[in-house]
Amino acid sequence: MISLTWQWLVDPATWTGPGGIISQSITHLRISLVALLLAALVAVPVGLFIGHTGRGRWLAINLAGAFRAIPSLGVLFVATLLLLPRLSGNLAFELPVVLVLVLLAVPPVLSGTYAGVEAVDPAARDAARGVGMTEAQILWQVELPAALPLLLSGLRSAMLQIIATATIAAIVGIGGLGRYLIDGQASRQYEVMAGGAIVVALLALLVDLVMAGLQRLVVSPGLVVAKEH
Amino acid sequence: MIGGVAWSTVGDLLLRHIYLAGVPLLLGLLISLPLGWLATRYRWLAPPMIAGTGLLYTIPSLALFILLPLLLGTRVLDDANVLVAMTLYSVALLTRTVADGLGSVPGATRQAATAMGYGELRRTFVVDLPLAVPVITAGLRVAAVSNVSIVSVAALIGVSQLGQLFTEGFNRNDMGPIFVGIGACVVLALVLDAGIALLSRVLTPWLRAGVAR
Repeated sequence: MISLTWQWLVDPATWTGPGGIISQSITHLRISLVALLLAALVAVPVGLFIGHTGRGRWLAINLAGAFRAIPSLGVLFVATLLLLPRLSGNLAFELPVVLVLVLLAVPPVLSGTYAGVEAVDPAARDAARGVGMTEAQILWQVELPAALPLLLSGLRSAMLQIIATATIAAIVGIGGLGRYLIDGQASRQYEVMAGGAIVVALLALLVDLVMAGLQRLVVSPGLVVAKEH
Repeated sequence: MIGGVAWSTVGDLLLRHIYLAGVPLLLGLLISLPLGWLATRYRWLAPPMIAGTGLLYTIPSLALFILLPLLLGTRVLDDANVLVAMTLYSVALLTRTVADGLGSVPGATRQAATAMGYGELRRTFVVDLPLAVPVITAGLRVAAVSNVSIVSVAALIGVSQLGQLFTEGFNRNDMGPIFVGIGACVVLALVLDAGIALLSRVLTPWLRAGVAR
């Protein structure tokens, strides 16, 4: 079994062409990034607002927990059955999936953003107010930079969930690395399933490492200096 | 019948779901307790251990279900794959939690226990572990709820549990079973969550004693 899987993985034909690993990886990443971006567009402003004003804190605290209980596979099927007949073309398969991915990603990004702003040293906020900064300036120049590491940690865990769920979403017909897992099962070729599983695990690991690196890079220099003293 | 599914079918699938999500949660806790203890006892072990178990969590569930037969020599349909995969995910979440919990015990408390003549082993079990209960159960609640959701994915490789209602409903173009499955999963997750919260309350009576004065 292991040698068959290895053979499949090292066969150049597996990697190139329209259904090859390279093109499926790009599709997988494209869908995942679109979903993450849309989720961030919704969740970051809301998280900043809640963190800055303190209004709606219960939402930021409880949303992530409540959403975790909802099984994504079930929601994926519901969204597909509801939307597929009403859409056409490639969009018909991808739109329901992207919607579900966005839905999954909003809670972690929202609570990460909120937690980041919440954790800003009150003394820093008071100092900003003291030197005459407006509320908008405080938000953009003090709270957002200081919140970036936790915000990114929210984006990072959202991205992990997105990549895993985008894999499962191959069952409703979209492209991406999940195709190998689902199609290999359908054609009873275990080496294809296992090979695809290895590639998607490596992709998830790589993306997580990149985001962990980003997380280190975005720590505001002011905060590093403060810590060293 | 509910949503076109017989009640007895829902019951059977629910029991399977509890087994596949619950047993790994307990195994995960049993494995995480010594790992978390090691990470607190020997500080230098903590970063690699937390990073290592964290890596497990990056592997997408469907991929892990499919890869385990390759490593364990099991068949794709075996329950063992799901049980092992869910145990790994539980360990990934709980090792950090146990380390955080044991690390949250105040130094003065530990020193007091040592001064009273407690050996390290006895202190760990009688003083540190009980004081770490609120943090550990908080992590257990997260792990229990996410286990319930992840187990349903195993329906795609043919392991039966509540997720089977999703695939059946989807294949028949029938929302009924899907909604029954989602409802049952959410209720199971909420019950486990509330159960662990209650257990935590029962295990830590001193947290309430201060208020009742």
